[in-house]
Amino acid sequence: MIIKRMPTLQPAQQLGLALVLMLLIFALGEGAFYAADPNTQQLAKAFSPPSTAMPLGADQFGRDMFARLGAALRLSFLLSALCVATSAITGVAAGICAAWAGGVVEKVLNFVVNTILALPGLVLVLLFAAIVPGSFIMLYLAISLTLWVEYFRLVRATAKPLINGPQLQSSMLLSFGRWYCFRRHIWPAIAPDVCTLAAFGAATSIITMASVGFVYVGLQPPTAELGLMIVELFSYYSDAPWLLAQPLIALFLMVLGFHLLAGKKTL
Amino acid sequence: MAWSVGTLTFVLVRTLPGDMAYKIAASRYGDDAVSTASAAAVRAELGLDSPAWQQYFHWLSNLITLDLGDSLVSGAPVVQELQHQLGYTLLLAVCAMLVSVIIAFPLGILSGARPSSAVDNSIMVGSTFVRAQPVFSLGLLLIFLFAMELNWLPVAGFGEPRHLILPALTLGLSLAAISNRIIRSSTINVLHSAYYQFARIKGMSRFSTFCRHGIRNILLPVIAFMGIQLIGLIEGVIMVESVFAWPGIGHGLSHAVFARDIPMLQGAALVFGLMFVALNTLIDVCCARLDPRGVRQ
Repeated sequence: MIIKRMPTLQPAQQLGLALVLMLLIFALGEGAFYAADPNTQQLAKAFSPPSTAMPLGADQFGRDMFARLGAALRLSFLLSALCVATSAITGVAAGICAAWAGGVVEKVLNFVVNTILALPGLVLVLLFAAIVPGSFIMLYLAISLTLWVEYFRLVRATAKPLINGPQLQSSMLLSFGRWYCFRRHIWPAIAPDVCTLAAFGAATSIITMASVGFVYVGLQPPTAELGLMIVELFSYYSDAPWLLAQPLIALFLMVLGFHLLAGKKTL
Repeated sequence: MAWSVGTLTFVLVRTLPGDMAYKIAASRYGDDAVSTASAAAVRAELGLDSPAWQQYFHWLSNLITLDLGDSLVSGAPVVQELQHQLGYTLLLAVCAMLVSVIIAFPLGILSGARPSSAVDNSIMVGSTFVRAQPVFSLGLLLIFLFAMELNWLPVAGFGEPRHLILPALTLGLSLAAISNRIIRSSTINVLHSAYYQFARIKGMSRFSTFCRHGIRNILLPVIAFMGIQLIGLIEGVIMVESVFAWPGIGHGLSHAVFARDIPMLQGAALVFGLMFVALNTLIDVCCARLDPRGVRQ
């Protein structure tokens, strides 16, 4: 196993983990046990305050906010999990390749990374979002494309001295395989940093999705997505402030949870 | 750099689904006035029916002569529109930077002077609170507070200096939330360093020690970190301009995406890319000036 034991977490990290788990349980539990469709409109029930039938009230079209919030959270979790997995695997693999192979491979990868870095992430995501408006896949690709660069730079910088170090050279001379060397020598050295980056990456991807949703070029209505919900409910702020507060607070808690989980290191 | 951004946007926009001529006609004449005739007129006018590679080379040759073409929506030259917007964007960015410096430096130095004190901890909690939300929700919170509940400031728009306060405050706060932590750790390092202690032992007063030995040394890592913060600044500009309807390039970019205004999209992305590179260079120069020992080999 790559992960031998769970590292001990700081109190702040435990709080973050609790927050994230709480939201995850809410999102999955709502999907499993609360039988309401997030897109069913009942205009007669528009702006109805929270009640036993609708625990969080209904929005401007009488759609059940509890169901919509659950769906939006599931979507955010799905996106962040996909983005983090993709960008971490790509970034670590590319970083190791660059450090191990050196030469042309390293140069090419560096060129690619610098090209991506020449544009701020959000601009790149907006461009991708323009290709296929409202496509989840495009958002996922664009966000992953901006995130993997961080892993690449970190892993390459950490792995280079290790690969040329005496321990790993000895293992290679004893003809242990590369996979064994990676597990035994490189992974323990980069694991904590990769986990920190992953937690920050999750937060970044959630914020990015909400941001493009907020400027109307992300996912399209009637999808329940936090950024879209915020901008839709914003017009009804004076009628129903509690509705607008829900997606805002959900987004806040989600990002806060991942930030706390990442630990104190600012990268 | 410029070429790769331009080509990327060109290829991306070409692969958009739907008929471009109709989209553009819709954003020009309003959704209800779209007809096949108006779409055909747009198509003929913009040469949308010539093959893609011809259009691409046409665009590339124009780029060399700094001619970015005309906006497909308003019909005005993109360069003009961008110049107009760039002024507003720079104004906003500079003001936000000033706000963030004004907020972050006192806070960072306060918490660095007394680490783990009540002041330090409350500043940390505040920073975490601000950082844990996207820039746009921070903007909304400020709108609720100052514009809707207190009626002190206008919600959105521009024209008077008052309109600048909220956007600049939003962006400045979000930047300061991160940079005050950096200033804090930098301050702790400097205050505990040998040279600083020696200056105090020599009998210099707290104030003059700080002015002579503190400020410049604290600034170094902070300025270096500004480079990393630039990404946040530029992304923040895009979001804040959209929230407050501030007529800058970020606003133009998101609208261009929405209306498929390719020349505008390319132009805006290009300007952001160039701005990014230029500012990074500026920061390197500043670092070198502050620390003549040569930061980079």
